[in-house]
Amino acid sequence: MTAVAERIAEIGTLRSRHKSWMRSESAQGLALISPTLIFAMVMLVVPILVVIAHSFWTQNYLTIDRTFTLEQYRIALTEPIYRDLLLRSLWISLVVSAATVILAYPIAYFISFHGGRHKSLWLFLITIPFWTSYLLRVMSWKVVLGFNGVLNSALLGMGIISEPSPAFLYNTTAVVITLAHAWAAFAILPIFVSLEKVDRTLIEAATDLGDNPLRSFLRVTLPLSIPGVVSAILIVMIPTVGDFITPKMVGGKDGVMIATAIQAQFGKGANWPLGAALSVATMIVVSAMAGATVLLLRGMARLAR
Amino acid sequence: MTMLRRMAGVWLPAYAALYVAFLYLPVLLLPVFSVNTAATPRFPLQGYTLKWYEDLPHTPALLDAARNSLVVGISAALLATVLGICAARAITRYRFPARQPIQGLIMAPLVLPEIIVAVSMLIVLLQLGLSLSLFTVVIGHVLVCIPYSMTVLTAGFEGFDRSLEEASADLGETAFGTFRRVTLPMVAPAIVSSLLVSFTISLDEFIMAFFLTGTEVTLPVYIWGQLRFAAKLPSVLALGTLLLAGSIILLSAAELFRRRAERRTQAASIPLA
Repeated sequence: MTAVAERIAEIGTLRSRHKSWMRSESAQGLALISPTLIFAMVMLVVPILVVIAHSFWTQNYLTIDRTFTLEQYRIALTEPIYRDLLLRSLWISLVVSAATVILAYPIAYFISFHGGRHKSLWLFLITIPFWTSYLLRVMSWKVVLGFNGVLNSALLGMGIISEPSPAFLYNTTAVVITLAHAWAAFAILPIFVSLEKVDRTLIEAATDLGDNPLRSFLRVTLPLSIPGVVSAILIVMIPTVGDFITPKMVGGKDGVMIATAIQAQFGKGANWPLGAALSVATMIVVSAMAGATVLLLRGMARLAR
Repeated sequence: MTMLRRMAGVWLPAYAALYVAFLYLPVLLLPVFSVNTAATPRFPLQGYTLKWYEDLPHTPALLDAARNSLVVGISAALLATVLGICAARAITRYRFPARQPIQGLIMAPLVLPEIIVAVSMLIVLLQLGLSLSLFTVVIGHVLVCIPYSMTVLTAGFEGFDRSLEEASADLGETAFGTFRRVTLPMVAPAIVSSLLVSFTISLDEFIMAFFLTGTEVTLPVYIWGQLRFAAKLPSVLALGTLLLAGSIILLSAAELFRRRAERRTQAASIPLA
């Protein structure tokens, strides 16, 4: 009898516990975010899993053979054409992220330490070009660097060169310049945010204790802003490796990157498994490179202190 | 030491000015060459003309693309903002398990190579038996817009003082009434800002539209097609200038609304603090 009563009481508490969970913050929060989460799951996570699955399959003319194989990865990583494209893409994204971050740091520093009342105006000024169409920005670089372009006609006009040089457009340098321009805001903003968080009294303390401005910058400000530099590098390096528009428009023959090969496999080439393996391999390799860069930077920051 | 002071005093602002020039000059060339009579963009400029603009309304393919962009942009902005509101509200108002990972997942399209996101969606949509159309472009654009809309909205919701809602509830408002009469007016500027930002991103987005569209194209895809023909360059520059002007106007408006949102949430929280 008492056992039954206890059982009933237990069910009662379980039920109310269930009820209170339904009304709890956790449940309400999860319920509210679920539409967005489900959308991201269905449109991002599932597609990426499908791509990973495809990368282990083989294309048989119009059908897909679903026996497990690493053949696509062998092709993606050892065939000279894909291997070279991948290596070049990695190199370009490494150079672009380094250049973008180095060029962006002084700006972020300037806005944070000398921006005064106009900080938000500066930030807005920096982000506007980034909001405009990426395609149009790449197009304007084509106009600048082309054989009949602005740079050539300006140099001709100033008498620095005697005939237009084809050297500016359709090469790796053109790709690097265009990408560094395109991703500037993405590098400035995270560095700015981390500089804003640097406790100004620490810098004063360093100065009071006899550090000159350079030393206090190197030992206080720079190491403390490393988190921003790290996110800037990640946010520039990973997307640029798969850039499609820039290499197509200003890269020429020497500037072709892996995205062109990926696109070909999903277009006319119609080899989805190979395209999938190229995509997955690119993601893994660039993540590894980004991770290594981050570790290196953190180590250097620790040494500087 | 004095050298360093000088650097901070003179060189840093000079560098900042140069950098801003580097950011703006290439973009400003578009409008300059769009009113130039010469068919190739080169200095010295030859003469002022508006003929490239006058041709634009007489190009049916362009008008179709503009209409498509408008439809896609409005749909994507509405959907992304609705989904962004859910996410931003959940993140700023509630504590729940796996909050950080969920937020990271929703923000992920921002840091993934776009081409990989695009081809992944392409595979799945084709295997679901959907034919490529403006609808699939909208889905792709919503995915790309959500991180931005969520960022704008989270910032707008964050300064929001919860005690205002509690006061409203204590005074007898229903949950919906509180939302409509207290929450919504406070966050309205952030929502408008999110709509404008999402619309602009969709208007300018190329990769998703390129991979996920069928026969109907959006403006950037139309421009991409025109770029193959050197003779079409001036009219592309004219069209690009219009797009550029449109984007800047929309984004300035978004910024104004964002600032208003900031002021409103701050002002409201002061007397109660």
